[in-house]
Amino acid sequence: MNKRVLMKGNEVIAEAAVRAGCRHYFGYPITPQTEIMHYMARRMVEAGGVMVQAESEVAAINMVYGASAAGARVLTTSSSPGISLKQEGFSYIAGAELPAVVVNIVRGGPGLGGILPAQGDYFQATKGGGHGDYRNIVLAPASVQELYELTVEAFNLADRYRMLTMILGDGTLGQMMEPVAFREEEPIDSSDKPWAVTGFKAAEREHNTIQSIYIEADDLEALNNRLQDKYQIIRQQEVRSEQVNCENADVIVAAFGTCSRICRNVIRDAAALGIHVGLVRPITLWPFPDAAVVSAADQSSVQAVLTVELNAGQMVEDVRLAVNGLKPVYFHGRTGGNMPTQKEILDKIRSIVGR
Amino acid sequence: MMEEKVFTRTPGLTDKPFHYCPGCTHGIIHRLIAETMCEMGILETSIGVSPVGCTYNNYEYFACDMVQAAHGRAPAVATGIKRVHPNHTVFTYQGDGDLAAIGTAEIVHAAARGEKISTFFVNNAIYGMTSGQMAPTTLIGQVTTTSPFGRSADAQGYPINVSEMLATLQGAVYIERVSVTGVKQIRQAKKAIRKAFYVQQAGLGFSMVEILSTCPTNWGQDPVSALQWVDEAMMKQYPLGVFRGSEIEVKPEWK
Repeated sequence: MNKRVLMKGNEVIAEAAVRAGCRHYFGYPITPQTEIMHYMARRMVEAGGVMVQAESEVAAINMVYGASAAGARVLTTSSSPGISLKQEGFSYIAGAELPAVVVNIVRGGPGLGGILPAQGDYFQATKGGGHGDYRNIVLAPASVQELYELTVEAFNLADRYRMLTMILGDGTLGQMMEPVAFREEEPIDSSDKPWAVTGFKAAEREHNTIQSIYIEADDLEALNNRLQDKYQIIRQQEVRSEQVNCENADVIVAAFGTCSRICRNVIRDAAALGIHVGLVRPITLWPFPDAAVVSAADQSSVQAVLTVELNAGQMVEDVRLAVNGLKPVYFHGRTGGNMPTQKEILDKIRSIVGR
Repeated sequence: MMEEKVFTRTPGLTDKPFHYCPGCTHGIIHRLIAETMCEMGILETSIGVSPVGCTYNNYEYFACDMVQAAHGRAPAVATGIKRVHPNHTVFTYQGDGDLAAIGTAEIVHAAARGEKISTFFVNNAIYGMTSGQMAPTTLIGQVTTTSPFGRSADAQGYPINVSEMLATLQGAVYIERVSVTGVKQIRQAKKAIRKAFYVQQAGLGFSMVEILSTCPTNWGQDPVSALQWVDEAMMKQYPLGVFRGSEIEVKPEWK
């Protein structure tokens, strides 16, 4: 095992990107994720890459669009209000089938909101904040080590499927320090993108074009069909989740990211009261791990499912769709940057099971 | 006696016929850019960025690698491309709605960064594709579908002189305004396009050529009077000339 170092989550994201072969970063400052830019400003010089501080999030995502079209592994990062501004670009990236990695270190909203951690961007991330029929792969790390691993994986997924892959973190993950072990990552084969605009030799290929516009109905429908086929493959092959203590549980708790860590501690608190609590932690928020939720909920021992989130109830809608009436689904959430305490969650579980 | 072919389509353009209206000068401007790339031997190392507007699909016409951008974002997209391929020639082709309204921030900051790209800014004082709305470049008194009584300074403000504005930025090293209303003007426009590419290749900074253009369809004029209107009305607001970089000489070794 590689030596572990103590590092801040935001800096680990940046280091992971560099190790994954990303040499182009475009961003705009916003709390609580700006350390990523600070780190990139120095690290990209060392690595022979480029960090551009854009004039806006709108410009930053369009720089990403250009750099990705040109064949590069490329990253932009922001937090909630900035991610809203990038939505136009997300839709174009989807339409042009470009790989890109975006990190959203979520803060409380709506509006300018606050700078404290939240999970209120779940809908925006998983249902698409931009226009048109498209999806982004959304990964939800719960520790600094996982921030590293999933950031590297995000670049691989983005390239494999030619689509935007988002890391949905929150202010806690970005700001906290934890031990992390880095790995040597596989070198990138940049010749693997024959569709990219790289300049061309007439003897070798025709000129390439990158576009998201199709004026003819049949052409645009063909693009949409191609996208939907791709999304179907991703639903079959890329779903990830973790189940903890689920076998013969009385209550299944569903939670992602930072919030799942609080719920993990509740398992022990509940056990002391003789209540068996299991945890399902989605790691891919899209595609959503329906099967893992159903397999945990559809046990005769399970009385109910409780979803806990740092929002007013967003992932709970996907949990309800998955559970589909098999068991009652409850919700507990806090907003504004507040965190539910273990006791709050335990009290909710006790009220559900009547003990 | 064998016939000698003295004029042919430039290989810088594809075989696809232009879709532009009769009397529109986009076709001339496309040809000038494409010819210049071929003459400079940079067609295969050039990457262009298409805008939103009448020329949204000029990626089908230019024979180099092309990227289609969101409305106004071409300079940001070009920035991303250029930072990946610093030795390639990267250009944007943008109209006055795209560049001077929705894309104002992107063009100003690409110029301010001295981004080593070339922008061809086609100014016809109107939104063409969406059927003749007022643009930031619409002249005072000009009738459009959204200024049906003529643009009034009081209600709708004044035209933006983009070249003069960008020429105030240090990173914008070469800025020239040209037109394509006659042979002499077309030859000057081509010289300016060539110079913009040379400035980029020499790594001097941002370059832009503003090209006054016609829109007979939305101006409600025939092609000849549209050209006259550029010469007589538009040039009063938008005088031709070099606003930055007149001292820069195109050096043979830049080839």
